[in-house]
Amino acid sequence: MNSNQNKAIQVNGLQKAYKKLQVLKGVDFEVEKGSIFALLGSNGAGKTTIIKILTTLLKKDVGTASVNGFDVATRPGLVRQSISLTGQFAAVDEVLTGRENLIMIAKLRHLENPRQVADELLNRFSLADAADRRVVTYSGGMSRRLDIAMSLVGKPQLIFLDEPTTGLDPEGRIEVWKTVKALAANGTTVFLTTQYLEEAEQLADQIAILHEGKIIANGTLADLKKLFPPAKVEYIEKQPTLEEIFLAIIGKKEEK
Amino acid sequence: METQKNYFCSDMGVMLGRSMRHIFRSMDTILTVTVTPIVMMLLFVYVFGGAIQTGTDNYVNYLLPGSLLIAIASGISYTAYRLFLDMQRGIFERFHSMPIARSAALWGHVLTSLVSNAMSVTVIIIVALLMGFRSQAGVLEWLAVAGILALVTLALTWVAAIAGLSAKSIDGATGFSYPIIFLPFISSAFVPTESMPKVVRAFAENQPATSIVESIRALLYGQPVGNDLWIALAWCVGIMIVAYLIAMQVYKQRA
Repeated sequence: MNSNQNKAIQVNGLQKAYKKLQVLKGVDFEVEKGSIFALLGSNGAGKTTIIKILTTLLKKDVGTASVNGFDVATRPGLVRQSISLTGQFAAVDEVLTGRENLIMIAKLRHLENPRQVADELLNRFSLADAADRRVVTYSGGMSRRLDIAMSLVGKPQLIFLDEPTTGLDPEGRIEVWKTVKALAANGTTVFLTTQYLEEAEQLADQIAILHEGKIIANGTLADLKKLFPPAKVEYIEKQPTLEEIFLAIIGKKEEK
Repeated sequence: METQKNYFCSDMGVMLGRSMRHIFRSMDTILTVTVTPIVMMLLFVYVFGGAIQTGTDNYVNYLLPGSLLIAIASGISYTAYRLFLDMQRGIFERFHSMPIARSAALWGHVLTSLVSNAMSVTVIIIVALLMGFRSQAGVLEWLAVAGILALVTLALTWVAAIAGLSAKSIDGATGFSYPIIFLPFISSAFVPTESMPKVVRAFAENQPATSIVESIRALLYGQPVGNDLWIALAWCVGIMIVAYLIAMQVYKQRA
């Protein structure tokens, strides 16, 4: 029981098929409370299916899954109390302003001071200046920040981020990374899926690789590196990547 | 689960507030659901009206019920539109992964449909009053008219919900409403059915719009209501139940 209390997520033998297509073929993993867990996999590997089952949007076929100690099949209400989902497509209302979006979620979570909660999050996510503009005018990075801010209303213990940086420009991606790190530093457990290896490397305490419906590797970055032959020392001339050049130029411009 | 039930009404209030903002921030919606029916009413009364023989001295009185039906039919196509967009974007997933009743998101749209249609109907009645519409109906008759219109709205809203939930494109989500908008034209809404050719007349007299229009007319102008009311109610309740069951089924599968 004691070990269970440290687990934010426990998944055992999870299977799911869409009609005849078996997407998950027996998935097992655990996520420690307060950690950042990255689920890596190519498109169509079943990452979103796992998130949908864990967030009670989809029913599993076989196996067990519990979130914050609550079984997703039998206690979906309690699971939903303790989590937040930031889906693949920004779940923001574009017609409303940033502030209205946050107040709406705060009201739906039945918090005492929706306005105050919204103000705090707007400041924390550097959206205060844009708070009263309609979201349709936001950049991709700003929308994503608002999206994540909406997921933090009511301080859920665990947040799910489904491909949080897909479709963002490099700056937007770094913004989101900072946000995720800050979340974990505050004790929130973060479950994220990504197709970018670099993202998992940058953020995650624990990385699991989902391939053809099963977890084929699971551990810390150091663990995963051990699976491969030891590093050879080679001397190569390191050229800056285009991304590094881009960010360096942008950074200089902003300093001026 | 208990906490969810206690909050159902306040959650619905939040959903209603959200969709009403969508309506008031969309010029297109306001134009289509109120301005268009009003322009049509002006056109029929002041352009065609002189040539139309309805046997009443005041043509506004004659065509008001049909105008209201057209307004409601175009109103519900926007319900389908908003539902479709919510399904496409991630906002339904967010609502569904929150500790609120799963159906609150859908019922929010239904409630919005009732409230917004009530508002456009009210505006149209006010304009009709300016154009010379007069009624001897008392409070009870007006309540009955409101009840019929609410029932029509609900029945059509659930039809719209099927379209909005199951459509694959925006055209599919809203296109279903055109036949409904046209139904009043092939009914007794604008001209008496006696003037129509046999086949058209048979259709006109046996489709829901005619019985609804005739019942509202009877209530507004102090005529005996007769069978029309029961036929109208049967149509509305029947459509509502069938559409509700299908929409709920689609909602369970897709959302």
